[in-house]
Amino acid sequence: MWQFFHKLGSPKWFFGIANRLMPWLMWGGVVLLFAGLIWGLAFAPKDYLQGNSYRIIFIHVPSAFLAQSVYIMMAVAAVVTLVWRMKLADVFVKAAAPVGAVLTFLALFTGAVWGKPTWGTWWIWDARLTSMLILLFLYFGVIALGAAISDEKSSARAVAVLVLVGVVNIPIIKYSVEWWNTLHQPATFKLTEKPAMPMEMWVPLLLSVLGLYLIFGWFACLRMQTEILVRERRTRWVKALVQAEES
Amino acid sequence: MAFDARAGLRPEADAVSVFTAMRVVFVRDLRAAFRQRQDLLNPLLFFVMVVTLFPLGVSPEVSFLQLAGSGILWVAALLSVLLSLDHLFRHDFDDGTLEQLVLQPQPLFLLVLAKTAAHWVLTGLPLILLAPLLGVMVHLEGNSIAVLCLTLLIGTPVLSLIGAIGAALTLGLKSAGVLLSLLIIPLYIPVLIFGTGTVAAAAEGAPVGGYIALMGAFLVLAITLAPFAAAAALRISLSNS
Amino acid sequence: MSEPLLQAVNLQCERDDRMLFRDLSFSILPGTLTRVEGPNGSGKTTLLRILAGLNDAWSGQLLWLGKPRARRREEFLHNMLYLGHRPGIKPLLTPVENLRALMAGRKAMSDGVLLKALAGTGLAGFEDVPCRRLSAGQQRRVALARLLIADEPLWILDEVFTAIDIDGVTALEHLLVQRARDGGAVVVTTHHDLQLPSMQRICLGGADGL
Repeated sequence: MWQFFHKLGSPKWFFGIANRLMPWLMWGGVVLLFAGLIWGLAFAPKDYLQGNSYRIIFIHVPSAFLAQSVYIMMAVAAVVTLVWRMKLADVFVKAAAPVGAVLTFLALFTGAVWGKPTWGTWWIWDARLTSMLILLFLYFGVIALGAAISDEKSSARAVAVLVLVGVVNIPIIKYSVEWWNTLHQPATFKLTEKPAMPMEMWVPLLLSVLGLYLIFGWFACLRMQTEILVRERRTRWVKALVQAEES
Repeated sequence: MAFDARAGLRPEADAVSVFTAMRVVFVRDLRAAFRQRQDLLNPLLFFVMVVTLFPLGVSPEVSFLQLAGSGILWVAALLSVLLSLDHLFRHDFDDGTLEQLVLQPQPLFLLVLAKTAAHWVLTGLPLILLAPLLGVMVHLEGNSIAVLCLTLLIGTPVLSLIGAIGAALTLGLKSAGVLLSLLIIPLYIPVLIFGTGTVAAAAEGAPVGGYIALMGAFLVLAITLAPFAAAAALRISLSNS
Repeated sequence: MSEPLLQAVNLQCERDDRMLFRDLSFSILPGTLTRVEGPNGSGKTTLLRILAGLNDAWSGQLLWLGKPRARRREEFLHNMLYLGHRPGIKPLLTPVENLRALMAGRKAMSDGVLLKALAGTGLAGFEDVPCRRLSAGQQRRVALARLLIADEPLWILDEVFTAIDIDGVTALEHLLVQRARDGGAVVVTTHHDLQLPSMQRICLGGADGL
């Protein structure tokens, strides 16, 4: 177990594993995502209330879902950084944070696009959208703090503390925003409400969520590899790798 | 000088209790602050000026101010706490007392708690004392003002505690002020929501006991967790300097 | 003879992509004076901060009385005195208030003792002047007054001679030597040309360590 853990901390070992893993993640993700999207966009039945405009959920829901789980994953990595000082955990946090921010933005953007035909306005202070907006702020904070501290180790640990403080706050934020929402405008139609979705809508949604997870896995590996190459640029194995690449 | 035969260790009995150490930190911070009174006044002036902007910038109508007043006061209080946070550890960091604080044998998170308490007494408490006056100026009713002060009383310590984490994380960084706001504002949102929401509920005549209790729970949570995070962040920032 | 207070085994520190030192091993024995030497930027201050427990971006082992220090942090801090570049003096407070606040967390002490210590560093008559009105050398003397009343067996002093006049330097040298004779351990860095008998040296720079 400890041996495995130790190995897991080694950037070189990860680099090799990632190389083998990435094609599977990428192709699996592309196939699932495309299957889900094509099914959802072209073949799933119309919604009896919203017509075709509901179809954006096949993008909105996966990205919103993933945006939140990426933050949770970062929190797990943050614990590993603080407790075991594993370099790789911090590499993951640094690699995942911008991706998480982009996914959160995508969720907000698709939410806004959906809002136009549904509510007749681009933005509505709906509980879900507002929580996502605050999540985006949390991501920005993590990215900004990471960029502000030049020393690698200090940066890793400071960011880890911030991510953990953030993750403790996420449920509180969610709860308080929902409470605030009911206080100000008893919403008539919420994004979160699922009017008993038929099977033909559920399956493609599930496929696209899974697909996006795999794509995220692939992209995270890719970004982690890049980050590792930059950090380990002075080590022998990276130099050897670069030379092999050049010749 | 009494030296232990083995290695000259100091007797355990010489150790100072954590409460004494906390009191010393608290008193020193208050004393230093009162030697520089202008610094104490600045966040208060800022608080008053931000509140003044709203009638001027939006509308001086009684109906608007009554509706938005508690929110305006809460946002202004939040911003002025935010503004004062940069000083929480910076002076100590610059003059080296922070290093000595970290090297005290007592648990650091409790010393941080004492410092945060001093910060609240110097910024949060004066804001609460000033709030009724501003409440009258934005036409809040007596009951609303009372509830507002109560929410500030429970809420501003939470602001100081969460802020301590941000101040500790950004210690010693360039342009720490803006970064600090960026990190902390999202974490302040629940406090703001419940602070203003409770006053709004009170204005409509709804019972607010439950909301007040919930804010109390926030405070308890912040007191138990925030000093740990701030202490960890301080060690990291000092390690980097 | 006696057991080392602090022992460093294969200490290594890298900072901003630069290896400051590696495989650094040494022992700090009671009754010795140790000087950390090296050019600017060789990591003297960093090493002292690591020894004091302020910097934890290092690898290797640090033993306090033969056991890993991390597990005996409280005992270590109870027995170690650190004075850094920044003297730990609040400019708004007076020397007595400063000294009182610095000592209060470590040992209960009467004001009489504090005043005597301040007088001992030549600050008699300045006890109630806010420190920002004092010169840099005088401010440093406030911090140094701690050495006159400190009973921690391990002292870690970073650039203590900075801004101190010649008489002060001589007095301080005496104090450190006397301290070592009494069984205390002192670790210093200084640009000042310190020539003291039986001094241990730790040379940094060139990444070859000791």
